[in-house]
Amino acid sequence: MDVNWLIDNVLIPLIKIGIVFGALSGVVALMTLAERKVAAFIQVRLGPMRVGPHGILQPIADGIKLMLKEDILPAKADPLIFTMAPVIALVPAFIVFCVIPFGPQFQLFGKTISLHIADLNIGVLYVLSISSIGILGIILGGWASNSKYPLMGALRSAAQMVSYEVALGFSIMGVLMITGSLSLVEIVNKQKEYGWWFVFLQPLGFILFFVCGIAETNRAPFDLPEAESELVAGFHTEYSGFRFSLYFLAEYANMIAISGMAVTLFFGGWLRPFPNVAFLSFLDLPFLALGPALAGIFWFGLKVIIFLYCYLWFRWTWPRYRYDQLMKIGWQWLLPLAIVNLIVTAAVVVLFL
Amino acid sequence: MSKTETLFDASELTVSMGPQHPSTHGVLQVKLKLDGERVLDLECVIGFLHRGVEKLGEVQTWGQFVPTLDRMDYIAAVSNCLGYCETVEKMLGVTAPPRAQYIRVLMTELNRITSHLLWLGTHAIDLGAITTFLYCFREREEILKIFENYCGARLTTHMFRIGGTQYELYEGFHDQVRKFIADFPKKVDEYETLLTENRIWLDRTKNVGVISAKDAIDLGLTGPALRGSGVNFDLRKAKPYCVYNELDFDVPVGEVGDTYDRYLVRMEEMRQSARIVTQALDRIPDGPIMAKVSKIIKPPVGDIYHSIESPKGELGYYLVSDGATCAYRARVRPPSFVNLQSLRKMCIGHMVADVVAVIGTLDIVLGEIDR
Repeated sequence: MDVNWLIDNVLIPLIKIGIVFGALSGVVALMTLAERKVAAFIQVRLGPMRVGPHGILQPIADGIKLMLKEDILPAKADPLIFTMAPVIALVPAFIVFCVIPFGPQFQLFGKTISLHIADLNIGVLYVLSISSIGILGIILGGWASNSKYPLMGALRSAAQMVSYEVALGFSIMGVLMITGSLSLVEIVNKQKEYGWWFVFLQPLGFILFFVCGIAETNRAPFDLPEAESELVAGFHTEYSGFRFSLYFLAEYANMIAISGMAVTLFFGGWLRPFPNVAFLSFLDLPFLALGPALAGIFWFGLKVIIFLYCYLWFRWTWPRYRYDQLMKIGWQWLLPLAIVNLIVTAAVVVLFL
Repeated sequence: MSKTETLFDASELTVSMGPQHPSTHGVLQVKLKLDGERVLDLECVIGFLHRGVEKLGEVQTWGQFVPTLDRMDYIAAVSNCLGYCETVEKMLGVTAPPRAQYIRVLMTELNRITSHLLWLGTHAIDLGAITTFLYCFREREEILKIFENYCGARLTTHMFRIGGTQYELYEGFHDQVRKFIADFPKKVDEYETLLTENRIWLDRTKNVGVISAKDAIDLGLTGPALRGSGVNFDLRKAKPYCVYNELDFDVPVGEVGDTYDRYLVRMEEMRQSARIVTQALDRIPDGPIMAKVSKIIKPPVGDIYHSIESPKGELGYYLVSDGATCAYRARVRPPSFVNLQSLRKMCIGHMVADVVAVIGTLDIVLGEIDR
């Protein structure tokens, strides 16, 4: 077998997968710390300070604690589904990242390397469908617990996901019409070509996407499935130890995935701010060999972090919506607005592009 | 086959909320009958915190009973103490000296602020706004420090005695309180920026747990729960005790009687309490802090009912004396217990999340309900 073929199709993808999932796990762990630090900042306190300087080793301590805890299987729970559900929640959250591009192509040792694991021509569809599978984990977990609060959490989650998935899909449609492609790499390249991030062409689409994204990830103010003060802990009431932490990690991974999608679709992915202003081209570090790639990763990471901060900020500032209000927002406001946005975009695309 | 003919109604779900639940404010159990998320019926189960406080009043001497009462509404221990001491004083025909009366008003109003702060924090948490809680506790801590400096205790303070107060104000008390009161209205504004005009907060509290003025009176609601429905009834004005008739303050009332109105009423009450504290600080006279009361208290044979406005509502004491060193019967009329009766009326037809909101807005303390 040809060595070059092996390098191109086995080695490089494997390295990329390793890096992406390693980095992702690291970021998810850091997010648990960031959540507490941001909460502390907003609440005028310090947050975790004991483990390591300023508590930066707290995620490790938490991980060890959760792993050493007893994994309780409730007597009346369905053992198979109960144990599988957290995994079903976590895995899709991670594999969504396969298609999210985090940097431009670059040359290394004569090889062209692109900074994404796979460039699917149906990337957007892939993300939508995979992230819907993650919801099954929540529903199954709530159902298999055979307990009332988790069941109610699961029901809420099922209704919430179905409602917001629709609006989420519609909100992306505008972008897809402008680019005429479902590939996420192509969408970023189109933004470079136009010289505008799509958020400026699709402001309403972005707002809808972001709101639906928060609802999709079960974050405040839409954290009804786990609504602590009402349903105790919602769908994961019966979970303990490591299985609980899997749900926890899945939530953060989903947040990162949705942020990554928002950045890719509306904020130019790895592109620098104002990609049409030539004067700012030094931001891409063209004078370094690997400059553009590093700059791409940097800009992508920075934008994702800003989004993640917003998630945390919302959670620690706002009260929680009620179930019927959530449904009302989804069906009565977000979906009609998304459809209006779609129609207007379609008309503009047909008439002017 | 119609719905009623089925063997069992599969659309109904009975959920036992509490006594171990994050937002039943203690050990209240609410048995909910749900249709999906909608509350069809509910029943409160109380008594998990019953310690026999009233019975203890029959075996502890009149003076010994005071610290026991602090454990009823432990959030507003000072009010409990004040109400009881005044009742016994009335029986004895004793009046506390003016300085003691002013100290009592000062402490009770500071305590009203701590009670309302705790209510605001927990109510906000119930509705998902966690940060407000931490802000409230920041200010509550300042008042608790004042209490600690004054009497050594923070929560169950046992500040007053029958006939006056135990302790003289400590050095620096005026400065510490004035400093706190000067900043406090700004802090209340801060909470209000987080909540009052917050779209989600409005959605969650407006038209939730509505109770009309008539229903509120019929159910015997008192305190902010009653005033939220537009009834201007505050014992500090209606039946002044202590020196409240010498102080100038407003009684805020709501209009609709929903959770939002009760929220606004309590927020304004905190400001008014700050006003009262300032005035009391200005006017506090010099003089003794204890009236002449014999060491062994033996009130004349008879009974008496006296009530005060605790942060939760009308806190009444009905004491019967047979001339002995202990009460023959010590009955407490706790505001939380009576206010809780309205939970069912307020919740039926609403969602599960509203039950939590209404429990929060009633501002109940289980120590007082179960006694």
